[in-house]
Amino acid sequence: MMLSIQEASINFGGVHALRDVTFQVTEGSIKAIIGPNGAGKTTLFNVISGFYPPISGKIVMFDKEIQGLKPHQVAALGVNRTFQNIELFDNMTVVENVMVGRHGLSSAGLVKGIIGSAFRSPFVRREEKDIKERAMHYLDFVGLAPRAEENALALPLGHQRYLEIARALAAEPKLLLLDEPAAGLDERETEDLSRLIEEIRKLDITIMLVEHDMNLTMDISEEIVVLDYGEMIAEGTPREIQNNKKVIEAYLGEDIGD
Amino acid sequence: MTLFDRLLQFFIGGVTNGSIYAMVALGFTIVYHSTEIINFAQGEFVMLGALFMVSFSMIPGIPLVAAFVMAVAGVTIVGMLVNLLVIRPVRNPNHISLIIITIGASIFIRGIAMQSWAWGKGEYASPPFSGDTPILIGNAAITPQAIWIIGITLTVLILLHFFFENTITGKGMKACALNPRAASLMGIKVNRMVVITFALSGMLGAVAGIIITPTTTASYKMGVMLGLKGFCAAIIGGLGSIPGAILGGFVLGVLESMGAGLISSAYKDAIAFIALLVVLFVRPSGILGIGDIKRV
Amino acid sequence: MYDPAGFWVSGISSGYRMSSRGNIIAVLVLSGVMLGLPLLLNNDYYLSVLIIIGLNTILALGLNLLMGYAGQISLGHAAFFGLGAYTSGILTTSYGVHPIPALVIALVFVGVVAIIVGVPSLRLRGYFLGMATLGFGVIVSILFKEMSFITQGPSGFRGIPELSAFGFVFDTDLKYYYLIWTCTIIILMISANIINSRIGRALRAIHTSEAAAGSLGVDIQAYKLAIFVLSALYASLAGSLYAHFIGFISPSSFGFHFSIVLVTMVVVGGMASIWGAIFGASVLTLLPEFLMVFEDYEIVVYGLILMLIMIFLPEGLTRGVIERIKGRLAR
Repeated sequence: MMLSIQEASINFGGVHALRDVTFQVTEGSIKAIIGPNGAGKTTLFNVISGFYPPISGKIVMFDKEIQGLKPHQVAALGVNRTFQNIELFDNMTVVENVMVGRHGLSSAGLVKGIIGSAFRSPFVRREEKDIKERAMHYLDFVGLAPRAEENALALPLGHQRYLEIARALAAEPKLLLLDEPAAGLDERETEDLSRLIEEIRKLDITIMLVEHDMNLTMDISEEIVVLDYGEMIAEGTPREIQNNKKVIEAYLGEDIGD
Repeated sequence: MTLFDRLLQFFIGGVTNGSIYAMVALGFTIVYHSTEIINFAQGEFVMLGALFMVSFSMIPGIPLVAAFVMAVAGVTIVGMLVNLLVIRPVRNPNHISLIIITIGASIFIRGIAMQSWAWGKGEYASPPFSGDTPILIGNAAITPQAIWIIGITLTVLILLHFFFENTITGKGMKACALNPRAASLMGIKVNRMVVITFALSGMLGAVAGIIITPTTTASYKMGVMLGLKGFCAAIIGGLGSIPGAILGGFVLGVLESMGAGLISSAYKDAIAFIALLVVLFVRPSGILGIGDIKRV
Repeated sequence: MYDPAGFWVSGISSGYRMSSRGNIIAVLVLSGVMLGLPLLLNNDYYLSVLIIIGLNTILALGLNLLMGYAGQISLGHAAFFGLGAYTSGILTTSYGVHPIPALVIALVFVGVVAIIVGVPSLRLRGYFLGMATLGFGVIVSILFKEMSFITQGPSGFRGIPELSAFGFVFDTDLKYYYLIWTCTIIILMISANIINSRIGRALRAIHTSEAAAGSLGVDIQAYKLAIFVLSALYASLAGSLYAHFIGFISPSSFGFHFSIVLVTMVVVGGMASIWGAIFGASVLTLLPEFLMVFEDYEIVVYGLILMLIMIFLPEGLTRGVIERIKGRLAR
């Protein structure tokens, strides 16, 4: 079992952002987390990726408990993500952003890295070449290779999201968390995104997806978890979710699928 | 003198200095509370208050009370100028810029004071408000000036409390501190409130400087340590908390006094900063703070 | 196509630093200039000003890495400078240790102090980190003044011997000049290399988005601490060299005032430009010399500079001016 969330709960100053959330994610699958605004979806991602520990409950990945680990430790175990409000490094070029994604895969430690970099040791120079090559590979995968040397913010919104995805992919995750990747994209861009996610899945990467775009979600997910006010109110296949009364109520008449 | 007498004496000294620290801390805190800015120039408000008072009181025919009012008014204006000319124009306010700018402002003000024809590098004494015969409490002595200091501080605090709780402007300031957007939607002019905040902090600084001058001397340098220590007091009590600033001030005053008296007076100045580090490392939100400091 | 203005400008403005090629050329040019300067300015006074500029550059470089790239502030950096100076001074004078081992001991000592101070401080954010470093700086300067049994107290520590290594004694300003500028240029190259490396990228990432950096495997606390310690080591080195050069050190050179001067150097030069460190160090070292006529106006001008730059040119003079020139050229 790739990931098992067991009764995860978290509290922010009295607000129960997550309450006893329990579900599992099978390796190689695409699992979506949906729910009205404020349901706790991004909070769930933040807990999984180590930004804050849950007050109670466990997050178990491949039989290893990972709740309470720091973000870089969770990343080292193979979990990477994108962000709802794009968190690109605006003081770097497109390719440099992706190169940061390779950071965790470097073999040198911090002190060795500093000394090696300071004096440009052959090891560091080789590694740098390697990092850039791999980064270009991932940029190519999302179709951004031609714009590698531009400043990251020069890209339009849709491409910025792709860049964030390329950056996360460069870290060679086993589990990829995509937080509202379709936000702000138009129909055509969303279709492209859908195809990109399918390609990622072919790389044997397990995907968890937080999304508001119901068409996209219903199209590509295998299983869906629905959160409302921090509680899990439904889990199932897209068809099951579409016909679930509680889910429909929670969205108060929003169109779920066509 | 018995140990108790000595402790009492230190305590009295501590409360006296603590009053000053409390007022300076309060100046920092009300500005931080409404704007999240740390105004390093606060210490210079103290210095200006003291020096203005010295100058005004030397003008023949002006009663002390009038000089007091004029000095406070002068620094209040400086406070507003600092806000309008230095802080408002900043285009990308972030912590580092604001720290550096207010440090720049404090250095600038100090430099002007040092260069001014009126004051230069001199040290000025001023007479105590009502004589200097100490009054005995048990076996410990308290000077009349110390009583003035503590008394005026308490009066100012009570007035301030009344202002925040019972006047429209005061309540408006509290609203701005809590939620500037909502406040502005309710028709409160946030920018105006911020200027008033700076004016108030100038006032507080000035009063502190005026009442302490008879016990130490006034000079262009006096604001540096007082400002820094006042800031330590604000953090010790809990930055952003008004009662915290007051508590922090008195706690620091007493700690310093006890430390200097019982352990060593050479390292007296270090006590405030050691206390600062202890608080920052152990409980950054301070004694009365709410634990809101973004700890990584 | 080779376009000198183009690669200088694009090197500095995009991505905050120059390409490796740009850096190498700049270093060669600088080395050439510094090599030849003494021939023009063969005068001990000018040499000592240049020496101080070199030392201040080392200090500013460390602080630049910390403030501009790692995004942390230090309002007490003069303390590390002083600790390096006093350690070297005391060991060589009072205990007869040779200057080079003493310098190394100072580095280790200051490194340890930086770790002890850094670990709890770097968990704090924004203002609170600044205040912690300020508190540390003030405490250290009080210790310099009061621990007179080692430091000889507020009147200063005298009689520090000249630097000597392997039998070679640095006993003239000219020799110090070459020694110190060699060190400065080496430190400059090291800093540029670090910034253009994986480590530098991680730092820049931390500066922009700790959330994203952490999610990609960057150990944020470790990196912040590493740069903090590195900047302290730069300061210690500068301090040791300073102590041997001047032969006399006093607590007043290592207090809050100098910490602010250092921050000003970084701000003036530009927080995200290591070449700005030389510029900032030069301007702030030469300023008192120019203002000698006006004597104490120095502090008024410092204050004014700080305020004006932060309001109008927050990216610092080098970047700010270059951006503006670039803007003009583009029309």
